[in-house]
Amino acid sequence: MLRFVIRRLFWAVPTVLLVTFLVYVAIRLGTDPLASYLRINQRASPKKIQQYIEFNGLYEGAGGYVRGYFKWLGGFLSGDWPRSIKGTREVWPDFKYSMFNTLRLSGIATILGVSIGLSLGVFVALRPGSLRDSSVNTAAFVGLSIPPFVSALLLQMLFAVYWSRWFGESLFPTSGIYPPGHQGFDLVLMLKHLVLPVTVVAIQVIAVYTRYMRATLLEVLNSDYMRTARSKGISERRVLVRHALRNALIPVVTVAAIDIGAILGGLIITENVFSYPGLGKFFLDAYGTGDFPQLMPWMFFFTVLVILFNLLADVSYAWLDPRIRLG
Amino acid sequence: MADVIQPQLTTDDDSEGLAATSISPGKLAFKRYLNHKGAVVSAVLLAVMVLFVILSPLTARYGVNESVFPAVKDGPRNDFLTPRSIAWFGTDDIGRDIYSRLIHGLRVSLVIGLAAAVFSTVVGVTVGSVAGLKGGLFDDILMRITDVFLAFPFLVALLVTRSLLVGVEWLEPIVGKPSSVRFVIVLFVIFGWMGVARLVRGQILSLKEREFVEAARALGATNFRIVAKHLLPNSIGPILVALTTAVAGAIVGEATLSFFGYGPQPGAGQTSLGLLVSSSKQALLPGFWWLVIFPCGLLVLVTLCINFIGDGLRDATDPKLDIGGH
Amino acid sequence: MGEVVLSLKDFRVSFKTLLGEVQAVRGIDLEVRAGEIFGIVGESGSGKSVTFLGMMGLLPKSALIGGSAEIGGTQLVGASKATMRAVRGKRIAMIFQDPLSALNPTHRIGAQVVEMIQSHTEMSAKQAMTRAIELLDIVGIPQPTVRARQYPHEFSGGMRQRVMIAIAIANEPEVLIADEPTTALDVTVQAQILEVMQRIQAQLGTAIVLITHDLGVVAQVADRVQVMYAGRAAERGIVDDIFSRPSHPYTLGLMRSIPALAGERLTPIAGSPPNMLYPPPGCAFAPRCEYALPICTQSIPDLRPFGELETACVRAEELQLGVVAHG
Repeated sequence: MLRFVIRRLFWAVPTVLLVTFLVYVAIRLGTDPLASYLRINQRASPKKIQQYIEFNGLYEGAGGYVRGYFKWLGGFLSGDWPRSIKGTREVWPDFKYSMFNTLRLSGIATILGVSIGLSLGVFVALRPGSLRDSSVNTAAFVGLSIPPFVSALLLQMLFAVYWSRWFGESLFPTSGIYPPGHQGFDLVLMLKHLVLPVTVVAIQVIAVYTRYMRATLLEVLNSDYMRTARSKGISERRVLVRHALRNALIPVVTVAAIDIGAILGGLIITENVFSYPGLGKFFLDAYGTGDFPQLMPWMFFFTVLVILFNLLADVSYAWLDPRIRLG
Repeated sequence: MADVIQPQLTTDDDSEGLAATSISPGKLAFKRYLNHKGAVVSAVLLAVMVLFVILSPLTARYGVNESVFPAVKDGPRNDFLTPRSIAWFGTDDIGRDIYSRLIHGLRVSLVIGLAAAVFSTVVGVTVGSVAGLKGGLFDDILMRITDVFLAFPFLVALLVTRSLLVGVEWLEPIVGKPSSVRFVIVLFVIFGWMGVARLVRGQILSLKEREFVEAARALGATNFRIVAKHLLPNSIGPILVALTTAVAGAIVGEATLSFFGYGPQPGAGQTSLGLLVSSSKQALLPGFWWLVIFPCGLLVLVTLCINFIGDGLRDATDPKLDIGGH
Repeated sequence: MGEVVLSLKDFRVSFKTLLGEVQAVRGIDLEVRAGEIFGIVGESGSGKSVTFLGMMGLLPKSALIGGSAEIGGTQLVGASKATMRAVRGKRIAMIFQDPLSALNPTHRIGAQVVEMIQSHTEMSAKQAMTRAIELLDIVGIPQPTVRARQYPHEFSGGMRQRVMIAIAIANEPEVLIADEPTTALDVTVQAQILEVMQRIQAQLGTAIVLITHDLGVVAQVADRVQVMYAGRAAERGIVDDIFSRPSHPYTLGLMRSIPALAGERLTPIAGSPPNMLYPPPGCAFAPRCEYALPICTQSIPDLRPFGELETACVRAEELQLGVVAHG
């Protein structure tokens, strides 16, 4: 088991390097970091331009790309990050700020979504084909089919425009994490600003987990060992919890880890609609302006995240299922 | 004891002297599909929508770039009109009828969705079959690559791939300009085939150890024949489901791209469902609700219908759901 | 033979399916006596497993059960959940065909036995585990203390089936129903399992219902046997009597199509089992029977005494198949 983990970690490192290299190539080709820099800093001196090229390793040619990648990687890993093209802002503080914002948003949404989703899934799997099963299933289905930006738009419309019209005051703010110009830390205000974005992300999470838990649990409930358990005359509750749920959670947990990508996608869109200054907005802004020094750290971070979650999924699956752990 | 529970389907000989009917798997699947009410309703709805689109010369009341009435100086304005008899869903910023534009836009989006799905499926089925049948290094590499790609957030991967396609100049004659419909379709195909390939590979892996494959091999069938005549027809269910998911995915994907301004600009006033939805962003604050509700509503409706149909197909082709009342 | 422990009267099971109502069991009467091994023989689809699964309440909800099934004064058809829970695992226990899928892959073997013990006794965890290890020893599992901590996939097929038997006899039930216990096993292992079952019968006095399609198995260990076809009984009697002088054409056909019993020529039975959506009128075997006459299809025949056995063939006296078998 330990060997398994070590082997996967071992493979993870070259995978991260390879993927980030490909991303590096794609971004350099597609967004042309030099042109973007020049576009923003139109009166930059030749010396500054040369500095920019050097610092970011923007060498030409195939060999240059490889050299450039390693130059960038060296700088990245040693903490010596080039500054953003926008007025030489440091990248790390903005990145850190965005990261914490996104963590807050995704953390709350995930915890809420997963617990509600799993419970709902169990709740309806116990009575397949019943009215409550069809209604919850349909609701989850609809939730899945509504793209996050649509629900975000609709919620924005409801709360930003109409609520105040109907009720004379605004209930849930629809942008940012604090009202503009606000200083310092205010828990209530922060929570109020989180309500709408969290709702949008949570809807997706709930929909996915409800359906998945339901499907997995139904399959488990039809297994032969469920029949054996029942033939023992043990209480239905025990049959459910110790046999069905326990075995159903294994695939759900693994899929959950891998599904992170889809949830993150919805997150990025949601942040944009609500002008929430998180990693999603960070990426879209950086991509839009072709801000190479901002984009690369973001891509690296996300690549590591994705590969790490994949690894986590594999490891937890191996650990939870004794057939794999000892097989 | 599964064999005790399935109804016993009789053979052709009349040795029992019974007039029992035997039923083909296709008909059985159709019956199962009909059991899924959401899928049936969705199929009907979708058919109606497609009909509207095909008959657009008749169903659309105005051209895609045509304003409901010319706005003359000092005369009545034609922009941002609320829904009324001359414009059922209201008008946009330059006086065009939303209802008609929705029909035209839906046509573009449906074409993108269908084309992307069909091509992804073709590529995915081919690659997946080879990987599943041959195995070995090819299969391993495929799995690793798709693992990483599929785990990335959709939008990010899409945008990065888009950069790549844009940056490599000599690709332009093949993939078209970044704002063309062709480009968007290519983009989705580059993404979409991976999911289908994995699915087909999984199916082939589970089927290829079955006896009927061994039998075919013993009769000297080539690999190609085995795949084409035996393995693929038995995987038709999951492939169909994957196809519908791909269509829905492409339509939503196009809308998402357009939302951020990276979608297709079909030019000459043409529009897509995604563009219509994205233009609703500005309509929020001033309160032009019809610019938001109708495009978003249609998008959700189309996605929902396609997803339901996919769900119905999954039920229809899944033999495990055969027993009793579902 | 002892007194009757389990009795079925006009027991019926049918399934609601998309294509209509499948009549799997169409009126079965039988009695199981204390301490005997009662064999139930038939092809797939004869309803032999469904009868007992239905009696135990282990069929899916689409199954409709009718008639009567009594164990020592307790009626099982239509019984409450509490009643069924008290009977299952305590008065009637069941083992199934495929021990790999019948055992929960994520629970240790010891725990699965303990679960059976604790659901019907007041033993502490420690006491139950001690008893579990004892049981594993009784069924012939070497190093029971060590093996109790292992998982099902770490056992061989034969060992797994022994574990299932251990679980089944944990609470010393009056009846043990063995549903195709040897079908998934090698011939040599089969013999071992049958030997275990005979030991159980001798030492604990448990009545065993042995459901199988394998006449050889029945011939080896069963005391009495009932032959089933298309949801009805064809004939019933002491094993030696049935095999030496079968009265029903189906039994004769079965014996002729098995190498060990057929002698020189193997003669398969023409045709195939009937479609239980539309069972044939009268005797279900008539369409395939070489001795069928119009009288056979007039009404569904019941079991009636015929010499030493009971038979459902209306022409038994005329045919005297017992003589034919050895003719």
